[in-house]
Amino acid sequence: MANGFFTDTSLCIGCKACEVACKQWNQLPDDGYHFTGMSYDNTLHLGASTWRHVSFIERPVALNGQDAGAFSWLMSSDVCKHCARAGCLENCPTGAIIRTEFGSVYVQPDICNGCGYCVAGCPFGVIDRSPDDGRAWKCTLCYDRQKDGMHPACAKACPTESIKFGEVEELKRVAKDRVEKLHQQGVTEAYLYGEDARSQPGTAGLNAFFLLLDRPEVYNLPPDPEVPTLKGSKSWISAGLAAIGVTALAFVSVVLGNRSEKESS
Amino acid sequence: MKPLLNVNEWPVLKQIRNRDAHGLGKNAASERSRELAPRTRSADKIARSVCPYCAVGCGQLVYVKDNRIIDIEGDPDSPISKGSLCPKGSATFQLVTSQRRVTEVLYRRPHATAWETIPLAQAMEMIAQRVKKTRDETWQATNAAGEVVNRTLGMAHLGGATLDNEENYLIKKLFTSLGIIQIENQARV
Amino acid sequence: MAECHPVGFRWVMAAKERGATIIHVDPRFTRTSAVASMHVPIRAGTDIVFLGALISHVIKTESYFKEYVLAYTNASTLVTEEYKDTEDLDGLFSGWQEGKGQYETNSWSYEGSGTSGMHESHRVPESHAGRAADLEAEKVKAHAKDATLQHPRCVFQVLKRHFQRYTPEMVEECCGISREQFDKVTDALCRNSGRERTTTFCYAVGWTQHSAGVQFIRACSILQLLLGNVGRPGSGILALRGHATIQGSTDIPTLFNLLPGYIPMPAARTDTSLEKYVDNYTARSGWWTETPKYIVSLLKAWYGDAATADNGFCFAHLPRLTGDHSHMTTVVNMADGEVKGYFVMGENAVVGSPHTGLQRKGLRNLEWLVVRDFPMVETAEFWKDSPEHERGEVRAEDIATEVFFFPAATHTEKDGSFTQTQRIVQWHHSAIEPRGDCRSELHFTYHLGKRLKELYAGSADPKDRPIQDLVWDYPVHGEIEEPRAEAVLAEINGYTVADRKPVSSFTELQKDGSTVCGCWIYSGIYAGGINRAANRAPATDPNDPYHYGHNWGFAWPANRRILYNRASADPEGRPWSERKRLVWWDEAKQQWTGYDEPDFIKSRPPGYRAADDAQGLATISGDDPFLLQPDGKGWLFAPTGLQEGPLPTHYEPLESIVQNPLYGQQCNPVRFEYDRSDNQLARPFADPRFPYILTTYRLTEQHTSGAMSRWLSWLAELQPAMFCEISPELAEERGLQNGDWATISTARAEIEARVLVTERVRPIKLGRRWAHQIGLPYHWGNRGLVVGDSANELIAFSADPNVTIQESKAMTGDIRPGRRERRKVVAKQRVNNPDEALRDLPVAQKRPVGKHHVYGPLSRQGDQT
Repeated sequence: MANGFFTDTSLCIGCKACEVACKQWNQLPDDGYHFTGMSYDNTLHLGASTWRHVSFIERPVALNGQDAGAFSWLMSSDVCKHCARAGCLENCPTGAIIRTEFGSVYVQPDICNGCGYCVAGCPFGVIDRSPDDGRAWKCTLCYDRQKDGMHPACAKACPTESIKFGEVEELKRVAKDRVEKLHQQGVTEAYLYGEDARSQPGTAGLNAFFLLLDRPEVYNLPPDPEVPTLKGSKSWISAGLAAIGVTALAFVSVVLGNRSEKESS
Repeated sequence: MKPLLNVNEWPVLKQIRNRDAHGLGKNAASERSRELAPRTRSADKIARSVCPYCAVGCGQLVYVKDNRIIDIEGDPDSPISKGSLCPKGSATFQLVTSQRRVTEVLYRRPHATAWETIPLAQAMEMIAQRVKKTRDETWQATNAAGEVVNRTLGMAHLGGATLDNEENYLIKKLFTSLGIIQIENQARV
Repeated sequence: MAECHPVGFRWVMAAKERGATIIHVDPRFTRTSAVASMHVPIRAGTDIVFLGALISHVIKTESYFKEYVLAYTNASTLVTEEYKDTEDLDGLFSGWQEGKGQYETNSWSYEGSGTSGMHESHRVPESHAGRAADLEAEKVKAHAKDATLQHPRCVFQVLKRHFQRYTPEMVEECCGISREQFDKVTDALCRNSGRERTTTFCYAVGWTQHSAGVQFIRACSILQLLLGNVGRPGSGILALRGHATIQGSTDIPTLFNLLPGYIPMPAARTDTSLEKYVDNYTARSGWWTETPKYIVSLLKAWYGDAATADNGFCFAHLPRLTGDHSHMTTVVNMADGEVKGYFVMGENAVVGSPHTGLQRKGLRNLEWLVVRDFPMVETAEFWKDSPEHERGEVRAEDIATEVFFFPAATHTEKDGSFTQTQRIVQWHHSAIEPRGDCRSELHFTYHLGKRLKELYAGSADPKDRPIQDLVWDYPVHGEIEEPRAEAVLAEINGYTVADRKPVSSFTELQKDGSTVCGCWIYSGIYAGGINRAANRAPATDPNDPYHYGHNWGFAWPANRRILYNRASADPEGRPWSERKRLVWWDEAKQQWTGYDEPDFIKSRPPGYRAADDAQGLATISGDDPFLLQPDGKGWLFAPTGLQEGPLPTHYEPLESIVQNPLYGQQCNPVRFEYDRSDNQLARPFADPRFPYILTTYRLTEQHTSGAMSRWLSWLAELQPAMFCEISPELAEERGLQNGDWATISTARAEIEARVLVTERVRPIKLGRRWAHQIGLPYHWGNRGLVVGDSANELIAFSADPNVTIQESKAMTGDIRPGRRERRKVVAKQRVNNPDEALRDLPVAQKRPVGKHHVYGPLSRQGDQT
C-alpha cells in the first residue's frame, strides 16, 4: 500500500494555501522577499525551504470549455513526486533516504550528512540542500502526520480540493474518472502526468501525480523523466550479461583449450 | 545480560525478514524515524477557534502545549470550511506566535523622536485622564441652533471589524455614554 | 472571490463541479476568472449600465418570474403623479432642489401615501448592511395597485421606462462588453432562473466603493427580485465581507449613525425625547412596529435601574447627531484641529483608508492618539516617517501628537465571537494567556470604563450622569482581570429584569422596561443560558439537505440561515418547486415549517390578510415575505431611504475618462464631496493629465492594510512588493518594462510600484476608442518585512451619500517609468475647477458652500459643528 497525492490543476485557484500550510507544519523559513515579475509566482521553484510551490502560467491560448478570449491562466501546485523508483533514494549512499511504510520517500535529517548525491539523482530537481545546514530537504508527505492517520498539511488546507491525498490506487481511479468527466465537459486537453509506470517508465510512476491542461514543459515538468539509477541498473544488467558472456567465453575457451590440449597431446 | 551478538539485528537477516532486499525501507529507518509523531499528539489542549482574517469564518483548531501554541489548522467539522484554510488562515500560527508582535506599552511624548516603554497601568490611567480632560473641555450640551446634543466632537474612535462582537459592544456602550459620536470602523470602507 | 475568499470559493468550485455556470465580471482577469466559465471584463464603475441592461432585457423578453414578481414585489403599486424619471430630466429625478444639492423626495412616494415619504430624521446616512429607517409613516395597505402591471405609473412600467436606454449597445459603448458576451450572460442568467432554478450574485467592495455604490447593489436587487432569486435556496445577493467580524461590527456597530441592531442614533432636531424618537422610528406596519421594545430594552441594558419609564429610560443620556460624522468627515475635522483625541483599535488607517496623506495630516493635528495592534503599524509611527518626512515637509520634532501604543491580544488569547459574512456568529475560545502587556480590547475598554467611572464618581454635573448611570459590572477572571466575554454576550442576548433569565428570542422583549437587551437581532444566542455561538455540531442532520448546519454557531436573527425564506413558497404556502423547497406552510399543524427556521410569523396562515386598522405585527399579511418592509414586498422601486433616487441610475465616477454616455448629468448629484485644497480632484472627464482608469484591490496572499500579513514571512515572501498591473499595450504606450519601477499619479499624490505587465489586464474598447485600466493592490506601507507605497495615497475623499463610502474602485490617473520624486513638492494649483467640464447639470451647480462641502442630508439644519 502506498499513499500519495493527486494534484488536479483544473481545480487549482493559485491561492498558495498549500505553500503556507506546508511551511507552517514543517516550520520552514522563507525563501527571501524577491519580486520576480513572473505572474504571481515569487517563490519560483521547489527547494530546501519550499516543499509545495504554485506555478502560474499565463498563456495566450484559450482553455477549452472557458469563455474568456484567447487567454488562460494555469496554476499548479508542484511537490515531490515520491517516485515509485526514486532517484534520490537510490543515490543516497548513507541510508538517509528511505521508503516509508506509507510508500513515501523520506529524508531522515538525523542520518543525512549533506553529501548531495540525491540532488543529482532527482530528475525533477525537487530535492535540495539547505544553505544553512547543508542537509537535503524536501516534502516528507507529512510522514509525522501520517503516523497518526492525519492527512498532509497541504492537502488538508487546500480550499478547492485540488490537492487530494489518499491511497495511490484509489487516487488513480479518481483521477481517471476526473479526466473522463473533463473530456465530457469539453476540456479535452486534460490528461494525467505520471500516474503509472506505463505512462512514465523512467520513474515507474509517481506516487504524487498530476492532472495537467498543457504539455509538461509548460509547468516546468520534464516530459520524459528518468531516474539516473535506472540508467545505472541498465548498465549493471549489461555489465552482468557481459560478465556472463565473458565467463562463458572463458569456459568455452578453457574446454576447447583442454580439448585442443588433449588433441595436441 | 545482553547477548554479545544479536543475530536478529544483522542487516542481512533484517532485510530478508522485512522483504526489503535493497535496504531502502524499514531497515534503514533510524530510531527517530521509527518514533516520529506529529507534534499535535503532544498537545494538552485543543481550543476551537475561528480564523481572524476575512469574513468567511473558517473553523480553526488551536493546539496548545504548556501554555504555548504548537499548531493551528483547519477544523474539519466546520460546515463552512471543512478543515481547509487559505494561505492567510494557514499563516495564523505565525501571526499569533510572531516575535514581531509588540508586548510592551509604548509611549511617544509630544515632539519626541523615539518611543519609551511605560507600565500598562500607568498608560491606562494617562488615557483615562486625557479622555476626561478632552471630554470636559469640548463638551457640547446644546449646539448653535439651541438643540440639545449632549456630546463631544473632541474625540473619535476607529476600528471594530477585526475585534470581537463583545468588544464592539463595550466600545459602543462606553464611548456613546461618554458622548462620543465619531465612532467608526472598517465597515465604512 | 477566489482571490479574497478562497475558502468561500470552495463552494463555487463545488457548484461548478455539479454543472453550475460561473460568470466573473471584473475589470481584470483574476484567479476567479481563471476557473470561471466566463470572464466578462468591464470598465470599472459602469456596473449599473450592465445590470440595468440585464434588467431591461429581462423585462423586454418577459423572462421575469411573473407570479413571484406580482405577489412578492411592489411591481403593481402605483407611484405619485408628481414623480418624474431620469428619462424626463436628463439624469435627475423629480424633487431636485436647486442650491441645496439634494432631493425633496415626496414625489418618489407611492400614490396615496400622503405627502411624507419619509421623516426628515430618517435621512441620516445608513450603514451599508441594513436600514433601520425604511419606515413609512403611512399605512401602505391602501396603496393603489394595478395587478395587470399595465398602468403607466405602476412600478413595473416605471421600471421598464427607466431602464429602456440601458441597451446592449449602451453596454458595448459604456462598459466595453461585447454584444456577444452580453447575450451569453443574459442567456445563462435567464435559463438558470425561474421556478425550478436559481442564480446567486456575489459581490464585495468592487460594488460598494463607488460614488453610487448603494445603487449598484440596488440594481442587483431589482434584477434578482424580477427573476425570483431572493429567499430561495441557491439565490440571493451575497456580500463577501472582508474582515472576521465586519458584519458583527455593523450589527453591533462601531458606526456613528447606528445603535445595536440597526436602530438609528438619535438626531438632535427631531429626536428630542424618547416619545418623539419612538414615533419617528416606529413603522405603522411591518416588523419595525416593534421598535419601542428594542430601544427601551437597549437603554435598560446600558443604564439599568437608573432607566425608568418616568425619565424616558435615560434616553436623554444618548448624544445626538446633526449630520454626517463618518470616518472621512472626522478625519477632515481632525486635520482642521477640531478633534483632540483618537482611538484606533485594530485598523491601520494610514495604509488602509483612502487618501492616506490626509489621514496622516489628521493624526499630526491631534493632541493624543491611542493605537492598539499586534505589530508596530504605520498608523502608530506616522510621526516617525512618512512620504511627508521623505519630502522634507515635516519632522518628528515638529509633531506635537502624544502617541500611545498598546499591544493587542490575538483571537487565540481571548474569548469572543466573530460574525462571518453569512451572519453566522461563531465563538472562539481562548487558547493561552496573552504575553506581556498584550490585552484584549475587552480588557482595555472595560478597565478604561472603570477608571472613568471612578474619575466621574463625585461629579454633580448633569453631563456626567450617563457615565455614573452606566451599567459596567462585568465579572473578571484570572491574574490580568480579563472581563468575561460570555457575560457581555448574555447582555447582548437579553434577559428579564426581574429574574435575570436569558430571553430566548427578541419576540420576548418588552417596551415597559421589564427586559434588557443589548442587540435585539442577536437575541436567542444565549437562550437557556447556553452560548449558542459556541455550538459546534457538523452539518450531518438528515433534515438539513442544504447543509446549513443549524447547530454550528448561531445565525442572526433566530438562527435563520436564509433571510426572507417565506419567498421560497408561493402565496398559498406551497414550495414554488419541489427541487427548491425550503420553507412551506404545514396545513395540518397550522404553521410554517421546512429545512430552515421560517422567516415569518410561525403561525400566520398564508391566507391571512391584514385589516386596514391592524396594528403592530398584525399588519403583516400571510403573503408578505419581506416583513421588514412596511408593505411586506420586495422593492423594485424604493419610495424611501435613498438619497440619489428610487431607481439606480448610471453616473460616471467623480473622475472618469469619458463623458456620461447616458445623461447630461455626469456624476451622482448628491455625492459627498470634500472640496479642499488637500483633496483635489481631476476634471470630471477627459482630463489630459490623467488619461487612464485606476482601480484598487486585494491579493490572496496579503490582508488589507497588511498589519496581519506583512509581518509574516510566509505571506510576505509570496507578494513581496507593491506592484501595478498593466497591459502589454499600455506598457508599450508608456515605455514601461516588466519588473522595473513605475510612478502612478492622481490629482492627490503619486506612488511608485513595480511593473507587472500582463495580458490579464486588457485594453477595453469603448465605442471607437480604446481605454486602459491600471490595477493597484493596496497592502503595503513603510513598516513590516516587505514595504512599499500604499495605493490609498492616490484616493480622494468623496462619498456615496447613503453610506459615506469612498470611491476607490474607479478614478483617473497617469503612469510613467521610474521611481517617484522624493524632493519637496511645490503646492499644485487648485484643479477643482467647474468651469470646463461639468460634474453636474447646470441646475445643480449652485451648491451651498458648507464646511467641507459635506452635502449631508441634515446639512440644511445649518449646523456642521
